[in-house]
Amino acid sequence: MSFAAHLINGISLGSVYALIALGYTMVYGIAKMLNFAHGDVIMIGGYVVFVTVSGMGLNPLAAIIISMAACTILGVTIERVAYRPLRGASPLAVLITAIGVSYLLQNIALLVFGSDTKAFTNVVALPNLELFDGQLVIKSVTIVTVIVNIIIMVGLTLFVKKTKIGRAMTAVSEDQGAAQLMGINVNGTIAVTFAIGSSLAAIAGVLLCSAYPALTPYTGSMPGIKAFVAAVFGGIGSIPGAFIGGILLGVIENLSKAYISSQLSDAIVFSILIIVLLVKPTGLLGRKIQEKV
Amino acid sequence: MKTKAGRLSKTTKNDLITYAMVIVVYIVMQILVSTGHVSSLIQGLLVPFCTYVIVAVALNLTVGILGELSLGHAGFMCVGAFSSAVFSLAFKDAIPGGLRFFLALLIGAAAAAMVGFLVGIPVLRLRGDYLAIVTLAFGEIIKNIINALYLGVDENGVHFTMKDALSLNMADDGVMLIKGAQGVTGTPNDSSFTIGVVLVLVTLFIVLNFIHSRTGRAVMSIRDNRIAAESIGINVTKYKLIAFTISASLAGVAGVLYAHNLSTLNALPKNFGYNMSIMILVFVVLGGIGNIRGSIIAAVLLTLLPEVLRALSDYRMLIYAIVLIAMMIFNWSPNAIFLRKRLKQRLTTGRKSGKEA
Repeated sequence: MSFAAHLINGISLGSVYALIALGYTMVYGIAKMLNFAHGDVIMIGGYVVFVTVSGMGLNPLAAIIISMAACTILGVTIERVAYRPLRGASPLAVLITAIGVSYLLQNIALLVFGSDTKAFTNVVALPNLELFDGQLVIKSVTIVTVIVNIIIMVGLTLFVKKTKIGRAMTAVSEDQGAAQLMGINVNGTIAVTFAIGSSLAAIAGVLLCSAYPALTPYTGSMPGIKAFVAAVFGGIGSIPGAFIGGILLGVIENLSKAYISSQLSDAIVFSILIIVLLVKPTGLLGRKIQEKV
Repeated sequence: MKTKAGRLSKTTKNDLITYAMVIVVYIVMQILVSTGHVSSLIQGLLVPFCTYVIVAVALNLTVGILGELSLGHAGFMCVGAFSSAVFSLAFKDAIPGGLRFFLALLIGAAAAAMVGFLVGIPVLRLRGDYLAIVTLAFGEIIKNIINALYLGVDENGVHFTMKDALSLNMADDGVMLIKGAQGVTGTPNDSSFTIGVVLVLVTLFIVLNFIHSRTGRAVMSIRDNRIAAESIGINVTKYKLIAFTISASLAGVAGVLYAHNLSTLNALPKNFGYNMSIMILVFVVLGGIGNIRGSIIAAVLLTLLPEVLRALSDYRMLIYAIVLIAMMIFNWSPNAIFLRKRLKQRLTTGRKSGKEA
């Protein structure tokens, strides 16, 4: 029974990673850039909900919507101010700028909210699911996170495949120049991608803080890195890949914490990533890119 | 390289300027320190400056010359730091200071080179962002393992474990060298600014000569076009590994300098985590990818900036972030580059027409 409990804890953690990884993979797949600031947008999303729920006493659902709106505006602004001027520049330059944005968001949060840990109130006010006479407890947050994940994954896949703007995204991700020749507004499409990625980050922030209720300006940074690893693990750019990668990463992390060593769990997670990439260099569900000579 | 007196080649001249710059800064700093014009804060930063300069130059070898993005150099620094610190601690009384530090240096460099080689074999098969994330993963693994490692010496030999201090099973007279997350304590303070500058010069000598050597040119040809390089018979894996191993080993040297500047050495996310690797990458990119002198200047300025801004306390990292973003956009944005070019053109043509008239 303890194995099942650890497994469920792993899925709980993994589903949060998956949610963050979905945002990473969207932006990477279309704009071809590592948005290192994604984890910090999550943190900002968490703070917005914290302020609106604990400070102003708003209804959690309204708070989540406000948080999503705030993060969307934030994401689009970051893209407009920091990333768009660098379109066409070396990917490394964009990466360093993203790191700069990440520092900026962390320090703004530090100035506004202080460095002390805020106790986040769980916004998922549902009873936990108890199985086998209470021997196995599944937290309601876990169930909600997994369901939200699946809804978002299906929604995103449909959006990318069926809508006009979704197909524009695919076109931009294939070839920006050719997409522009076909009359696609490349900058606009990338802005929409950032808007979607950032609103997903807001949801991820709320669920992350509900599951692990300690909010600091650095809350987003380690889950952000782990989620990025998850996205690479599943094949970066692939929407189902991000989900599978996230869940697997969470499960592996929790099981190795429980059965091998709590100190070495990160080392084990990263070792498995390395092994996967060596066997399948584009990740689990990644597409093989043919190289032209 | 033709080094006939009076007619130096362009590269030699360039390299000499780099060496001269380091030496001049060293002399100026020494004079300022001896006349008491330097605050204790800056004095404390002198050895870290050298550490960051060395590791930035080392990373520039990977990023600029080899053309691969590594986010794991803090890990190699960590290997160099811990292996040398353990050596220095174990032979604290047996070997005199100067020789001990020299041996520690060799051990740190060799250990980091070995880890770099072992990491390089699988990692260099990957490309681009995947390579970056795997080096990041390796860096984190190294930090994690060292954080969980306990090492001790007694009359029966060396003991090590990943569990806790008790399971080392040491005799009563045994000495603990690495105490898990508490790290290494009591490392002799062998680093000094002079040693740091000498190491910076040695690093520069190795890297600059490597770049201009036949091997260095082979490495750069792989960076510019891997397929073309392969087709003219360059062994891609071999040259990539050579460059990566040298880079890792120099990062290890920086680690040795770092370890012997502190009495307590911990593998914290702050000093050996991915944040540190990113910090080093920022030095390299801001200084100019492939530009060794730029790395040196950027490493010193960016280490100095938060300290100079200390008076602004809470706002200093905010300003640092804004400066970083602004500098990246100014340096790399296609529009900014175009504007700068046009401005330069206007200035030069303006001057020319002025001369003609």
